[in-house]
Amino acid sequence: MIIKQLSVFLENKQGRLEAAVEILASAGIDISALSLADTADYGVLRLLVDQPALAEEKLSESGIIVRQTRVNAVAMKDVPGGAYGILRLLSGTGISIEYMYACVGRVSGEALMVLRTDDTEKAEKLLEDNGFNNVSPQDIYRI
Amino acid sequence: MNSASLEYTDRESLKAIQDERLINTVKRSYERVECFRLRMQEIGLIPDDIHGTEDLAKLPFSYKKDLRDYYPYGLFAEPMENVARVHASSGTTGKRIVVGYTKNDLEMWADCIARMMREVGVTEKDFVQVSFGYGLFTGGFGVHAGAEKIGATVIPISSGNTANQIQTMIDFGATVLCSTPSYAMYLAEEIERLGLKDQLKLRIGIFGAEPWSEEMRGKIERTLGIKAYDIYGLSEVMGPGVAGECRFQNGMHVWEDNFIPEIIDPDTGDVLPLGATGELVFTSLTKEAFPVIRYRTRDICSLIPEKCPCGRTHIRMHKPQGRSDDMLIIRGVNVFPSQIEEVLLKVSGKEITPNYQIILDRVNNTDTFDINVEMSDAFFADDIKSIEKTEKTITEGLRSTLGIGAKVHLVNPKSIVRSEGKAKRVIDNRQGKI
Repeated sequence: MIIKQLSVFLENKQGRLEAAVEILASAGIDISALSLADTADYGVLRLLVDQPALAEEKLSESGIIVRQTRVNAVAMKDVPGGAYGILRLLSGTGISIEYMYACVGRVSGEALMVLRTDDTEKAEKLLEDNGFNNVSPQDIYRI
Repeated sequence: MNSASLEYTDRESLKAIQDERLINTVKRSYERVECFRLRMQEIGLIPDDIHGTEDLAKLPFSYKKDLRDYYPYGLFAEPMENVARVHASSGTTGKRIVVGYTKNDLEMWADCIARMMREVGVTEKDFVQVSFGYGLFTGGFGVHAGAEKIGATVIPISSGNTANQIQTMIDFGATVLCSTPSYAMYLAEEIERLGLKDQLKLRIGIFGAEPWSEEMRGKIERTLGIKAYDIYGLSEVMGPGVAGECRFQNGMHVWEDNFIPEIIDPDTGDVLPLGATGELVFTSLTKEAFPVIRYRTRDICSLIPEKCPCGRTHIRMHKPQGRSDDMLIIRGVNVFPSQIEEVLLKVSGKEITPNYQIILDRVNNTDTFDINVEMSDAFFADDIKSIEKTEKTITEGLRSTLGIGAKVHLVNPKSIVRSEGKAKRVIDNRQGKI
């Protein structure tokens, strides 16, 4: 399914990551996945949280640059070849992956793969058509 | 009267020459330059009200902004067929400013530089390596013409490529080096590091176009085994050579038969007593294509009233110690924060300029130029590739606007310290570092 991910800009300086995560903690927001891409000067923190709208509001209020991004989330078997199956599906379709990360899913024995592509809708359709429509909103958000 | 004798002419005769030339310059400018005429009319002044240098303070000021408003040739007092050359430098915004010279102007310019070169011992036997940039910048061509006038052999190598500069200096037997002081310092250290000092024939250095300290002069002189002299000028008034040091290395003589300096209070515009520190203002007396009347240089300095032991009667000025505007000189290039704002505004595509801070330092005798830009919604994307692209667009925009490279760093919003709501725009750590 297509889910809402939060992307946060962080200057590459001591304490910046901590400050952002603290804001979420004090607002009672649960982080279910987290990935950090960085350069020498700055990084982009990507988060899946249980209450994206509240998290965005709280971070924004504190002067942090944050944006909601739509990404594809897919559950896969936590076995050798699990990730490969999904990537093989996407290859040769003209969809390119900007970035991806994975985390352990709520369902035992499953992992969650988060994909950011240049065409979220097309990727979602492809995944659905191939039986990868297997994540429920409850797995991600607190509903 | 030849120009050499004018350097030593008594003050009274000099004033008579200045009076006549000032009256003529005011009259010509009034008739031919709209900007000046309008300013005169605004304060109800006509050329006949000006009888000599004692009336100078009655005249309206002119500003760098005028060159932008009348870009490119609107302030010229000669038709373009009489303009032999143009030069250009950076304006306060993206648009540069243009200045022009008739054949006589170029001759006068060369004469001013030749006077200084002769005084510090340059002769027709010398080999003058001109390591100022050639091009729209006035440095290269200006100094070149002065050295040619003396009959010296000119090596027009222009700036850059240090290894080639040193090799040329050795192979061609350069005896005089003309460059920015920081580049001279850099060359000196390289020469020392490579152990090539013994192969040099250098004996004189003429350095200008950026601020430098006495400490730096001492170091360049010791390292290269030369005497180093300071030269001053700005494109709007002419270029290098408006003033230059004599062998006593104690202040630069302003060639008063061509230029009148004044020191004013930059806030009130009042002329300050001789010897006081304030903003330097120039009036040209002989320029034809682009005469300037009470041009505000924004350089802060003082004039030296005492007679110079060299015998010249022309007044000396101290090296400028700062600016009355926010112009920065980085690697010899004039940079205005407003130029940076313009680039950031263009990239962000919004009406509000992103907050930024300029950080200057000096490492290995070269200015470092970093700009911190606060991240904003306009710049943010959730993938690094897009952010890097934005960074690159800013860097390239700055390079094409300023003519020099800056390192751009995207920083957290509100991380640039503000005092009373205003961010400190410039942190200059170069002071005292040579």
